[in-house]
Amino acid sequence: MKSNSEGLIIDGIAAFIDRDNIDTDQIIPTEYLKSIKKFGFEDYLFDGWRYKDDGKLGITKEERDIDESFILNKKPFNESKILLARDNFGCGSSREHAVWALRDFGIKAVIASSFGDIFYNNSFKNGVLPIKLAKSEIEFLFNQTQKKVLELTINLQNKVISYGDKNIPFHVEKHLIDRIIYGLDDVDITLQEKDKIFDFEKIRIQERPWIFK
Amino acid sequence: MKTLYDKLWEEHHVTRLDSGESLLYIDRHYLHEVTSPQAFEGLTKKNLKPWRLDANIATPDHNVPTTRGSDFRSEQIEDEISKIQVVELDKNCNKFGIKQFDIQSTNQGIVHVIGPELGYTLPGMTIVCGDSHTSTHGALGCLAMGIGTSEVEHVLATQCLKVSKLKNMNVRFEGEVGEHVSSKDIVLYLIRQIGTAGGTGYAIEFSGSYISSISVEGRMTICNMAIEAGAKVGLIAPDEKTIDYVKSNSFLDKDIFNKAEEYWKTLKSDDDAKFDKEIIIDVSKIKPQVTWGTSPEMVMNYDEPIPTVFDTNDDNKKNVELARDYMGIENESKLSDLTFDKVFIGSCTNSRIEDLRQAAEIVKGKTVASNISEAIVVPGSGLVKEQAENEGLDKIFTDAGFVWRDPGCSMCLGMNPDQLKPYERCASTSNRNFEGRQGYLGRTHLMSPIMAAYTAINGTVGDPS
Ligand code: SF4
Repeated sequence: MKSNSEGLIIDGIAAFIDRDNIDTDQIIPTEYLKSIKKFGFEDYLFDGWRYKDDGKLGITKEERDIDESFILNKKPFNESKILLARDNFGCGSSREHAVWALRDFGIKAVIASSFGDIFYNNSFKNGVLPIKLAKSEIEFLFNQTQKKVLELTINLQNKVISYGDKNIPFHVEKHLIDRIIYGLDDVDITLQEKDKIFDFEKIRIQERPWIFK
Repeated sequence: MKTLYDKLWEEHHVTRLDSGESLLYIDRHYLHEVTSPQAFEGLTKKNLKPWRLDANIATPDHNVPTTRGSDFRSEQIEDEISKIQVVELDKNCNKFGIKQFDIQSTNQGIVHVIGPELGYTLPGMTIVCGDSHTSTHGALGCLAMGIGTSEVEHVLATQCLKVSKLKNMNVRFEGEVGEHVSSKDIVLYLIRQIGTAGGTGYAIEFSGSYISSISVEGRMTICNMAIEAGAKVGLIAPDEKTIDYVKSNSFLDKDIFNKAEEYWKTLKSDDDAKFDKEIIIDVSKIKPQVTWGTSPEMVMNYDEPIPTVFDTNDDNKKNVELARDYMGIENESKLSDLTFDKVFIGSCTNSRIEDLRQAAEIVKGKTVASNISEAIVVPGSGLVKEQAENEGLDKIFTDAGFVWRDPGCSMCLGMNPDQLKPYERCASTSNRNFEGRQGYLGRTHLMSPIMAAYTAINGTVGDPS
């Protein structure tokens, strides 16, 4: 992501996976959730589709049987910053590892017609922007991928995706996108309200004592 | 005017932030070994401690081997990487002073099974866990939801969750079910109706005469799979059954319990509550449900023809083709044409005592079919295991050729030694039939404990009666 005087821009090639319901088990299989780290998941993104063999945590890409036909293994998509999919992307498990894998691979934005709630929430906390578009717009973008490599420019401040001379506006709540633009940390923000939490808790201990046993 | 969800939201609302989001106070926080290490690390980096220690309860479940016997220690886990994760939970709980039911504890089990049975889940609570099936606890009238690891850290540090309010949906199940139809069939049927994204953005309240008629355990199965219908939150208003359930597991003093009970009785949606969406389902016609594909919405009556690309609308053709291909469905037209290799009875959806009783009923006096290479029963917790053994259920299973295991997530997901081999077909009582969920290239068919037990005996799905 580069910053300029106009605001934040994500621009680059969009990889695409023409499927509904891409669940977090596909984005990163359970085997890799054994890691106790928050980084280093890039080689395991879409593991089941990217390789022809069964992987293990710690085994690198170089040691694997790569499925050359999978989009993220093909040039120029192996350097995509944007991912295009269909409906209900990121459904399933709450694993934040799914977002970490996308982020570590270099994906900065995912475009789909809808997202799993927990995945959607997790994305903003890790600098990955999920963009919801109408099904017709998704269809339009998929059609373009058939013609040539899809290069998109996403303007975070104006909330617009530009493709050639076509502009597709998108909606995302301000507080969410601010987290990406400014890299805000939720714990810091919440702890500014410390006193209110303490006060709330004091009353709760009085009124609902069974919670605190 | 208010729904139960609205009431629980208001009850826990600390403040509204400039961003427009709210801080909700969290009463109970469950932790397991998979989604917590990075959160503890974050806490350490920020030099913070857990806000309120007694809110937190931890247990290892995803990675634990289920053939461990008693006196097994975390350090004995064979898979090096699994071991690190479980040992890390031990270390973090010791370091921060969090109560853990560790691998040696007789109370260890799947986090969503042990919470309610040990009395830590109480009506009216807000409950979170770094696990999407936290919705299970909603069955006791809680506002319970799964969160990501960043949020686990946030809850540890602040005792609050930063969230926006969900919309309200009411799903009313009315009528009486037929024989051999369980709450698993009902929730699978719902997912078939509304799809896996049908509940996205909603808190779903389940109500109706069917819900009143079933046990708290059956209700947990339904709330558990709310997430498979896209909803982070599923909940059911507490009633007499809920209070009896809570009472039987409670460690609270009588006085406090009575006071709590008064409050719990007020927890329900008002008669004129406004829901953004309402769905009414007649359960009397629902047959046992079995999934055929790679998403929980790819589900049908056990005796219906498997969908083909020819009878699917254009939008869905690609999904159906990919799913059929992955599941190895070629010319077979019915589910009963498929031969199964394994049977798994367990997971936070269906590993409670009632589930095991229902399965045992079918298995009693029979033998596992010859094409089934392995049929395993994995109780959800140490307490469920003990209870089942007291009732002689373990004997019924093992006499029939099942293997009786120690508690854990087991074959619900491929993180521990219980996994499918490539192309193996499994009858599973778990909640996700995603590609590779039960092991690399494994093929999962979701169903009830009754149908899974029947499949073990019969070798294929069919009519359990
Ligand atoms: S049993 Fe399965 S769904 Fe439930 S917590 Fe364990 S892995 Fe998750």
